[in-house]
Amino acid sequence: MKTTAKETGTSYTNGNTNVLPEPERKGRLLDLKSLTGKRVTWIIILLLLFAVPLLITKNSYLFLLTNIFIWSVFAMSYNLLLGYTGIISFGHAMFFGIGAYSLALTARHVPSGEFGFLLAILLTVGICFVLSLIVGLLSLRLRDTFYALITLAVATIFVIIAEQWRSMTMGNDGFNFTATLSRDLFGFINLLDRRHVYYIALIFLIAMFLVLKRFIHSPVGRTLQAIRDNEERVASLGFSVLNYKLISNVVAGVMAGLAGVVYAISIRFVSPASVLGVEKTIDVLLMTVIGGVGTLLGPIIGAGVVEVSSHYLMGLANIHPIFERWVIMFGVVFILIILFFPAGIVGTINQKYKSKKRKGKSHE
Amino acid sequence: MTMLKINGLHTHIEQFHILQGVDLEVPEGSVTVVLGRNGAGKTTTIRSIMGFYPNMKGEILFKEESLMNSPTYTIAKKGIGYVPEDQDIFAGLTVEENMRVAMRKEDDKTFERQEWLLGLFPDLKTAWKRKGGHLSGGQKQMLSIARALVNETPLLLIDEPSKGLAPIMVEKVMEAMNVIRETTTILLVEQNFMMASQLGDYFYMIDEGRTVFDGSMQLLLDDEGLRKKYLGIA
Repeated sequence: MKTTAKETGTSYTNGNTNVLPEPERKGRLLDLKSLTGKRVTWIIILLLLFAVPLLITKNSYLFLLTNIFIWSVFAMSYNLLLGYTGIISFGHAMFFGIGAYSLALTARHVPSGEFGFLLAILLTVGICFVLSLIVGLLSLRLRDTFYALITLAVATIFVIIAEQWRSMTMGNDGFNFTATLSRDLFGFINLLDRRHVYYIALIFLIAMFLVLKRFIHSPVGRTLQAIRDNEERVASLGFSVLNYKLISNVVAGVMAGLAGVVYAISIRFVSPASVLGVEKTIDVLLMTVIGGVGTLLGPIIGAGVVEVSSHYLMGLANIHPIFERWVIMFGVVFILIILFFPAGIVGTINQKYKSKKRKGKSHE
Repeated sequence: MTMLKINGLHTHIEQFHILQGVDLEVPEGSVTVVLGRNGAGKTTTIRSIMGFYPNMKGEILFKEESLMNSPTYTIAKKGIGYVPEDQDIFAGLTVEENMRVAMRKEDDKTFERQEWLLGLFPDLKTAWKRKGGHLSGGQKQMLSIARALVNETPLLLIDEPSKGLAPIMVEKVMEAMNVIRETTTILLVEQNFMMASQLGDYFYMIDEGRTVFDGSMQLLLDDEGLRKKYLGIA
C-alpha cells in the first residue's frame, strides 16, 4: 500500500510497527555466537598477559612488553586523530613529552610519592587539555596541512624549551630519576619493580582501549568518522565540524600525555630526544600505519611489530657489524608490510575476512 | 507565505564570478524547480543557500531571517535539509550509522521520523547493516534523502536526485518525493525535465548565473519556445 502523508498526518507513522529490519534481527543471533567466541578469545589473551610476569623472569622481556603497551596507547591516541578524524599531526609527541616530563619533574622535586604522582597526572591532563584546545582553535579552522605544520612548530618550541631550560630539565642530556621513584606508592606499588610497572602499563592499556572503544561508538565518535569521510556533509547536517575536531584533538592529546606519564615510569629517564622529539611522532605514525589506520586493534599490533622488530634488529649487531645499520633493515620490514598489507595488518586482514564472508554469502 | 527568498545573489568561487544575480522565491508547501543548462549555476545556487561559499553578496532569507554569513551548520540547524548531487554517503559507516550520525537529537520524534522514512524507502531496511560504500546508486540516493529528513526539516534542497539512476530507481525516488512534498517544502535542481515537470509547481530558469525566467510549471509546459531556448528540448 502506498504510504502518504495524509495517512501519516504529522506523527510520521506509516502503519509499519516493525522498526527493526529483518536482517538486523537475524544478524544479532549470529553476532551473539561470534561475540561469545570473541569474548572467550579476549579472556584467554588477557589471562595470558596477566600471567606473563609469573612465567617470564627476564626483565628485558618485561621491559619490552611494558613499552609495547605504552606505545600502543600513544599510537591509539594518534589513531583517533589520523584514523577516526582524518587529521594528520606532526607534533603529537609534545603531549607525550609533557606527560613524561611532568612525572619526571614531580618525582624529582616532590618528596611525597603519592602527591607527586597525582600532581603529575593532574598537570599532564591540565596542560594537555589547554594546549590541545589552543593548538586546535588556532589551526583546525584551516586546512589539514596547516594543522600538521602548526603542531610541528609548537612541538619544536617544546623541544627548545626542554633543551634550553637546563636548570629544570638538564637540557639535551636529560636526567635519570630512578633514585627518587617511590617504592611503596599507595602502600603496595613499587615503581622500581619491573613486574609492578608491567601491570600498571597493562591495566593502563586495557582501560584506555575500553575508553576509546566506547568513545568511537558514541554519537561523538560516529560524527568524527563522518567528518573523516566528508566534512562538508557533516556541516550540512547541522554539526560544527570545528567543535568535533577540537573534542578529538583534546581527547587524543590527554591520552598521549597519560601515555607519557607511564612511559617515564617505565624508562626512568627523560630527555628531549627520548620523549619530545619529532621522530617520536614519526614512530607513532609508523605504528598506526603498520597496524591499520582507523582500526581499534591496529595501533596495538603496530606498536608490537615496531618495538619487537627494532629490539631484535638492534640485537643482531652482535652477530655481524652490518646489522648495526638496523634502521635500514627496519625500513625493509616497513616496505614489505606496506606491500603485503596496504591497509595495515589489521585493516588488510579485516578487508580480506569481510570479502571472504561476502563471497561465501553470494555462493549460498 | 514565502519559505525562502533570494535577492540579487552573487557568488564568487576563487577568481570566478559564478552567480551574477539570482532571484528566487520558494512558497511554503510548494515544489520549486531550478532549471538550466549544464554550468548555468543551479548547483552553485543551492550550495550558496547552504553557506558553502565565503564570498557572496545579496540576500538569502529563510522564513524572513537572513542566512548570509552564517556557517553551514547553523543554516542546517534552522531546518534546511540538503541532498547533494553526488549523495555524499559516509562510505565507512553502515546505513544505520549514517542515519544516527545525522540525528541532532535522539528523541522519540526523531526515531518516529526514521521509522516513517524506512517505510518510505524499504530498500534501506534490507541494507541496514551494510556500509555506505557498498550500496547501489539508488540506495545511496534514498539514504541521502532519508538522512536529510531525519531531523525536523521544513525545507529540503535537493540536487539532481535522478542523476545516474536506473529508470526504475528514478520512479521510486519520485514516488517518495510525492509523499515528502506533503509535509516538506522542496527546492529541486533537476536536469531530468520529465521528473521536474511532474513534481514542480513553479520553476526558475537560470542561465549564465542569472535568473532569466520564472513562473508556474504549467507555463513552461505550454511554452515550447522557452524550453527550446533554455533547455534545448521541445
